[in-house]
Amino acid sequence: MTIQMKNLSRRKVLQGMGAVSGLVLAAPIISRSVIADAHSEDTGLSSSVYLMLDTDGTVNIQIHRVEMGQGSRTGLPQIIADELDADWSRINFMPAYGDKKFGDQNTDGSTSIRMFFTAFQQAGAAARAMLVQAAANEWGVAVSDVDAENHRLINKVTGASEDFAHFVDAASELPVPANDTLTFKAKNMRKYIGKPVRNIYMNDIITGSSQFGQDVMRDGMLFAVAARPPVAGGKINTFDKAAAMAVDGVVDVVELPTLSGGFSFKPLGGVAVVATNTWAALKGREALNATFEGGDNADYDTTAFEQALWQSIDGKDNAFLTRGNADAALESADKTYQADYFVPHQSHAPMEPPSATAEWQGDDLQMWVCCQDPQSVQNTVAAYVGKKPEEIYVEATLLGGAFGRKSKPDFAVEAALLAKHTGKPVKMVWMREDDMRHGYYHTIAAQRTHAAVKDGKVTAWKHKAAYPSIGGTFDPAATGPGGFEMGLGLTDIPFEIDNLQVNSGDAKAHVRIGWVRSVANIQQAFALGSFVDEIAQGEGKRTDDLWMELIGSDRIVDPTSEGVEYGNYGMSKETHPIDTARLKAVLKKVVDMSGYGKDMPKGKAIGISVHRSFVSYVASAIEVDVSDSGELKVPRAWMAVDCGLAVNPDRVKSQMEGAVLFGMTIALHGEITAENGAIVQGNYDTYPVCRIDEAPHVEVAIMDVDAPPGGVGEPGVPPVAPALANAIFAATGKRIRRLPIRDQLMA
Amino acid sequence: MKAKINGQAIEYNGDGEMPLLWYLRDIEGMTGTKFGCGAGLCGACTVHVDGVAVRSCQTFMEDVDGTEIKTIEGLASGETLHALQEAWAENDVPQCGYCQAGQIMQAASLLSENPNPTDQEIDDAMYGNICRCGTYQRIKAAIRSVAGDA
Ligand code: FES
Ligand code: FES
Repeated sequence: MTIQMKNLSRRKVLQGMGAVSGLVLAAPIISRSVIADAHSEDTGLSSSVYLMLDTDGTVNIQIHRVEMGQGSRTGLPQIIADELDADWSRINFMPAYGDKKFGDQNTDGSTSIRMFFTAFQQAGAAARAMLVQAAANEWGVAVSDVDAENHRLINKVTGASEDFAHFVDAASELPVPANDTLTFKAKNMRKYIGKPVRNIYMNDIITGSSQFGQDVMRDGMLFAVAARPPVAGGKINTFDKAAAMAVDGVVDVVELPTLSGGFSFKPLGGVAVVATNTWAALKGREALNATFEGGDNADYDTTAFEQALWQSIDGKDNAFLTRGNADAALESADKTYQADYFVPHQSHAPMEPPSATAEWQGDDLQMWVCCQDPQSVQNTVAAYVGKKPEEIYVEATLLGGAFGRKSKPDFAVEAALLAKHTGKPVKMVWMREDDMRHGYYHTIAAQRTHAAVKDGKVTAWKHKAAYPSIGGTFDPAATGPGGFEMGLGLTDIPFEIDNLQVNSGDAKAHVRIGWVRSVANIQQAFALGSFVDEIAQGEGKRTDDLWMELIGSDRIVDPTSEGVEYGNYGMSKETHPIDTARLKAVLKKVVDMSGYGKDMPKGKAIGISVHRSFVSYVASAIEVDVSDSGELKVPRAWMAVDCGLAVNPDRVKSQMEGAVLFGMTIALHGEITAENGAIVQGNYDTYPVCRIDEAPHVEVAIMDVDAPPGGVGEPGVPPVAPALANAIFAATGKRIRRLPIRDQLMA
Repeated sequence: MKAKINGQAIEYNGDGEMPLLWYLRDIEGMTGTKFGCGAGLCGACTVHVDGVAVRSCQTFMEDVDGTEIKTIEGLASGETLHALQEAWAENDVPQCGYCQAGQIMQAASLLSENPNPTDQEIDDAMYGNICRCGTYQRIKAAIRSVAGDA
């Protein structure tokens, strides 16, 4: 039997599993999300099912992670297929639905491959071992006389071979071998891992049949849009229900629960219009003429708040890392440097705005959501509908981009409530403006850096950061960056210098702060990479030479040895240490690729930077061409990435290409502002993102290393903005300390 | 009003101001045409009306009376993919894929008007199509691989 991939109902899944007289495998996994400290109630350790073989030999791979362009849903099956020696064309890719048995499903923090590589290897290898054993039994030969190749088992004694299908029944009677008895393929024998296997959704995407959250259709479905309080934590005041109901196609007008307590993943409240199509719902929303009360955050103004951040930088220090005495070294220096950097709020602005569809059948709730974490949808919705999380079926659709936004399921709760209220399937449709104005924004950050130079050497580095924490979204009392945020580039600074001081300043959140692709690394790598360049310029050194000096000898850096609580992106420091040799290697590689340092014509220059994040190492070189009038072009970019084992090199490459554009948008355009508590920007006109005319030609080098997989989706972003700013300085003498660059170069 | 969508005749008597986008997606259930901005800013909703690329979110139903509309679902001829669809696969263009129907429809319109575009003409034609994932380099390569030399 073949299990349908798309739009699978729970019944089909259960039937599918029950009816298959086949081989079901359990593989233990250990996982922990990067920002679990801040947002997760999920438990860390679990046992799970990723692989089922049908009696016709079909390999059903239960990919528990979601796809948003990062390639995990192609990469994870590559791992199983390789260890199983499966034929790629006979794999059935099962949709991700929420269930604790899968372990952590929060597709966030660039975790899917690095946290599940081993578990997927084990799943494939265990199934292979069982099939081999079954064949050995049938043929009366030793296990070592049986080989597997491309979905067939081969009798090495007789040369005979049989399809996997032939052995599934017998193999399913055998015990699942213990993980410590499994052997994995040698690197040179791999057929899928390390190969550029094509995106499993390619055909659907190019023919328009792929199913994103916005695309879900159910029989008799209604469409909803909502008017939400413009100020986070505000509430609805008045609205004209009758006027909205009078619009042709409007079926209902429903008040959503007012948000109280902390933000968390709760919906924002307001009032929803439910209609027979989105257009009618939009006209109904217009007719509501809704008014709102502001609440606690009604005074939030980002211009004034920036001043408060600088006061915080001047004020009390919260020490996160103290090595030696940076202040004393600054006092006795030959020369000192100081710089202030500012990075404003950013929006994820994924191409597909959030959307969720809910359908009740009696007391039974099913949902299809473009979510990064179906379990988080279950947990969040459960509290609003009086069910247990595990009683709600949540299937993750494809995600039209996410970048962190869709790990916050506020929008899914809205759909569940409206479907319950109307008794019909309801698709909650977020407009672009809803996404822009009701986001979980990247924070707003001020940083001040100091360095001391004595006898031509940097002897001290002092770094202070003040910004509202993601923690504020979950705990309104949180003030300023948490340890997990400072650990994204600052408390893990890999500098071999005697005096190092990392401090934070207080700052309170007045909007929902969330994690945006690469999180606090965005601002922290910008300040780091820019300041290294500033010192190098001041000292008349090449920037790569100064980086090499600062990073120092080949060694493992362990922030915990200096009393820092360091999460290392959820990975152990044994398997994924901070290895300075690898950091230096990517920098050297990008210098070689780009020709950084060579003479270039007036107005042109290359800038570089390097950063470790999500346990991967990425160096960027960016070429700029600035005209006399200040018009900026970015003709070329180079990325050198060490992400350990690259399971799918083409997807790694495409993530690096994409990271250049994402980083350039942050550097050139990205800025969310608030006035009277409300977000000013609404669509791609007021929040521009890079378009095709700004896209450089990107060259990517993937380092060939013998190391376990690291993150890929996020670590390309951090070094891009500083490399770009450094290139601008080299080309024009203008130092960018404030993002976005926008028209700062215009004369 | 009457029109043809991918060769199929349709008749519509509802609100003439309904954008074609919502008609396609919500009434016809043809969700290959994507919603990205609703304001003519992103190109995700691009379809062909009488052979020319338009933003379906900015095209009223009353304006497509008597026209032939083509969406991504109708771009291939039966089982045979359009050359651009093949090129998109060959170049592994998509990341999330959400913008790509609009990108392909825009590129198809460009090449039918101008089979030999310069790089600058490609940039100009594709300027209105945002890809937040940043697949532009591969979009250019895919179009280039199908287009003749300028
Ligand atoms: S949805 Fe039509 S241009 Fe963006
Ligand atoms: S591929 Fe994701 S927006 Fe273009």
